[in-house]
Amino acid sequence: MTTTRPLENALTPGSRRAGVADDAALEPRRSPESRPAARVGTEVSGWLHVCPLQRLQPGRGVAALVGDTQVAIFRMEDDVLYAVGNVDPYTGAAVISRGIVGDRGGVPTVASPVHKQAFRLDDGRCLDDPAVSLGVYRTRVCGADLQIGLR
Amino acid sequence: MVGHRLVSALRDRDAEGAWQVTVLGEENRRAYDRVALSSYVDGTSEEQLRLPDDDLRADPLVALHLGDAVTTIDRDARTVRTASGASFGYDALVLATGSTPFVPPVPGRDLPGCFVYRTLDDLDAITEAARAAVGRTAPGRRSAVVVGGGLLGLEAARAMRLLGLSPQVVEIAPRLMPVQVDDGGGALLRSLVEEQGLKVRTGVSVDGIRADADRLVARLSDGVELDADLVVFSAGIRAADTLARKNGLAVGERGGVLVDDRCRTADSHVWAIGECAALQGRTYGLVAPGYAMAEVVADRLLGGDARMTPEELDMSTRLKLLGVDVASFGDAHAAAEGALEIVVDDPVAGTYAKLVVSAPGGAGGAGTGADAPTLLGGVLVGDATRYGSLRPLVGSALPADPVTLISSGGAEPDAGALPDSAQICSCNAVTKGALCAAIDDGAHDVASLKACTRAGTTCGSCVPVLAKILTQQGVEVSTALCEHFAYSRAELFEIVAGAGITSFSSLVASHGTGLGCDVCKPVVASILATLGSIDGRGGHILDGEQAALQDTNDHFLANMQRNGTYSVVPRIAGGEVTPEGLIVIGEVARDFGLYTKITGGQRIDMFGARVEQLPAIWRRLVDAGFESGHAYGKSLRTVKSCVGTTWCRFGVQDAVGMAVELELRYRGLRSPHKIKSGVSGCARECAEARSKDFGVIATEDGWNLYVGGNGGFTPRHAELLVSGVDSATLIRTIDRFLMFYVRTAERLQRTAPWIEAMEGGLDHLHAVIVEDSLGIGADLDAAMAAHVDSYADEWRGVLDDPEKLSRFVSFVNAPDTPDPTISFVTERGQNIPASTPEPVLIGLPEVHR
Repeated sequence: MTTTRPLENALTPGSRRAGVADDAALEPRRSPESRPAARVGTEVSGWLHVCPLQRLQPGRGVAALVGDTQVAIFRMEDDVLYAVGNVDPYTGAAVISRGIVGDRGGVPTVASPVHKQAFRLDDGRCLDDPAVSLGVYRTRVCGADLQIGLR
Repeated sequence: MVGHRLVSALRDRDAEGAWQVTVLGEENRRAYDRVALSSYVDGTSEEQLRLPDDDLRADPLVALHLGDAVTTIDRDARTVRTASGASFGYDALVLATGSTPFVPPVPGRDLPGCFVYRTLDDLDAITEAARAAVGRTAPGRRSAVVVGGGLLGLEAARAMRLLGLSPQVVEIAPRLMPVQVDDGGGALLRSLVEEQGLKVRTGVSVDGIRADADRLVARLSDGVELDADLVVFSAGIRAADTLARKNGLAVGERGGVLVDDRCRTADSHVWAIGECAALQGRTYGLVAPGYAMAEVVADRLLGGDARMTPEELDMSTRLKLLGVDVASFGDAHAAAEGALEIVVDDPVAGTYAKLVVSAPGGAGGAGTGADAPTLLGGVLVGDATRYGSLRPLVGSALPADPVTLISSGGAEPDAGALPDSAQICSCNAVTKGALCAAIDDGAHDVASLKACTRAGTTCGSCVPVLAKILTQQGVEVSTALCEHFAYSRAELFEIVAGAGITSFSSLVASHGTGLGCDVCKPVVASILATLGSIDGRGGHILDGEQAALQDTNDHFLANMQRNGTYSVVPRIAGGEVTPEGLIVIGEVARDFGLYTKITGGQRIDMFGARVEQLPAIWRRLVDAGFESGHAYGKSLRTVKSCVGTTWCRFGVQDAVGMAVELELRYRGLRSPHKIKSGVSGCARECAEARSKDFGVIATEDGWNLYVGGNGGFTPRHAELLVSGVDSATLIRTIDRFLMFYVRTAERLQRTAPWIEAMEGGLDHLHAVIVEDSLGIGADLDAAMAAHVDSYADEWRGVLDDPEKLSRFVSFVNAPDTPDPTISFVTERGQNIPASTPEPVLIGLPEVHR
């Protein structure tokens, strides 16, 4: 499932997994830059330009600041993109984007650079401790731009 | 699944091809893993759920007819007829029709929006309806009522949540999963799943369902009405025995095709297995008994005499529901006469564990001492890691005090203590004896054990025990670097050098598998760096594809600290630094607010630099004549020295001069682990050279070289390799020692264990390095000369390259915004990290078995 995902990245097969529509309606309108990133499973109400895709080195990540949310965005060697929370849940350090990506048994992963726990890039779960996970966010590539979904 | 197992078991054993098998299926799909059905909702494809059947599909003796239900059986003519009108004759007919969901007879259960949860087609329909509901712009949260709070009901609730609906579970029993867990476990399970956002109502049933505009209203027996977009029935199953009933085969009182212990009906040509069969009147809704029945029928068809022994059927369950571990095994409800329960209920940790044991000297304790009770069963909620080691002990004497066996940090039963008859894999009925036999036959890793015994291939909970049994049987640990390379680091070095490979991608394509990981990528980066200098490609460690392979520290040429900031260490060769140099370091640290500390390697470490500050810090250090100290790399760190003859009244050689020369010679050399060194000017050994990977101690006659020392976790004194040599000989000997180490040591193996692991140890090392017994001396010399010639300061390389510099930003879209999670407090006049808030552990959105 994961290896054939196109660059236009829908991180889960269901494109509409809302459930927070009423929350979103209550919030005041804000500029895109101040809105937090949309987790997978929440409604995307807009897209924020992050950087040219070119800025992402294949096989490595970058950190992006979306509203108050720190997101780690990875470009795999085969150009598949993943976006997960940048804060290491074990230490609170915002460093996940600096981890080494790869796979465990074919599942795409990033290793936290602090203590090397492996997190699945597709759903954020920690493979070494199923009770821990990172948020997973929506990205897409529009022309040469990398964009991230906003809540 | 059970039918699939029968066919594969039959084809495995029917060497003569006595049976031609025709599979008739109502579903228009090949056999798939129904146990993992829920994972379909979060993206596991039908392809991934499919049971392995390539062998069967290519088998000329197996024919598949799908999407065509059997409608009638003519037992006299021994033929079956399908809905499409096709007719098939048989010598033996095996019914493996499974079960159908039980839908309680409530008014409105057939309304649009009501579903059952059983097949992939059901899930497709549910997914479509959930998407439509979620897409409607109506106030309030979209919700689903799940009827049934058993195993399947909780799975369904999880699927509803994944689909964006808010699930409410209605269970008629007073607790969740009433079959598997007891009241105590059920209470904890309830609170854990409620934390995950489920609403749970127990002790009530659904009385009726009615439509309300485009939604549904479910009325409960206590009068409460629940609004819902979907209602999903998952309130148990009933054997699919209609075909048998219509054709005059006897069925059990509570349904199911009646079979004897051969799984045969009263008609000697008709058999029934799995959930549709009533074995001596009782049906079984788990896959393990179904597999056992399939094996019995396969054996019988081939003339064997296998029998079912229902009392031995394992009804154990372990699963993960909404992130909550639940396991139940053996006599979980203490039904045996005189059974005792030992319970450890820890609401703070969120764990509940119960063991059911025989009364001392009581029933079930046959053959065991009166003091060691026999384990009869148990329930684990919240943490089921002990399941794999406890379940095989059912029927055996407990190896330790029962309370310690279920307390956190308590004793773990040893796989070695299990009898050969202990069932390790309950799904596939594999005993420890069968596993040991497979290991003797050459299955020497978990993967091959799984392949040849089927253990661990269904629910997977016994896989950790398989690994323990392998170890206990004396199977040697593989030297494979990681799952991506079957080679050790030393072997990879030879492969890369021999084949002239220059990139990770070509190496993994030709000699590995997958994408790589944080183990193999840095190893290959290190090998490529060493070989790159030898073959003249040289280059920066952050050039091109190599950059992506580097560990975090190498990637930013600095050492990451606990709060995500970095420490900066300029090289101070031999510990010798000018006053001007010290002033620059002081000014830089002051201007950037860095904490400074003298290291054990005679240099200065500046802590607390944010990633985006590193280039500006290094600009100033490089301009003042400093260079990278490689404190971040698996490479030479420092050569510590005493002042030797330069100042010391006792010195006999120029220790500082030699230390500086050695440090500058080997700086930047990438190696399997960090390398430390020291040079002492006399036998007083003030530089502590013998605690280093290579240490040099001056004598009246020249230098003594010691190798294989280290401090750290397992301190080791270095041992003498050569003595009384001149400077040129010393340097050539160290060149060869280091290059031989870099080529042949394993990942993260420091020099001491490397020498220890070497056949012949230090004597062999002496022969290779000093006597050139392998004839590789000139090669090693040339390799080190190439390294020395190609050295360039890595930080200057970054400062001169705008593309590399551009990576040193906090946020790619806000390069000037500092990471807001970083903050400092002052301690003893310097900045230190503000104590990080307790790590936020984010609960799992979902977990499947």
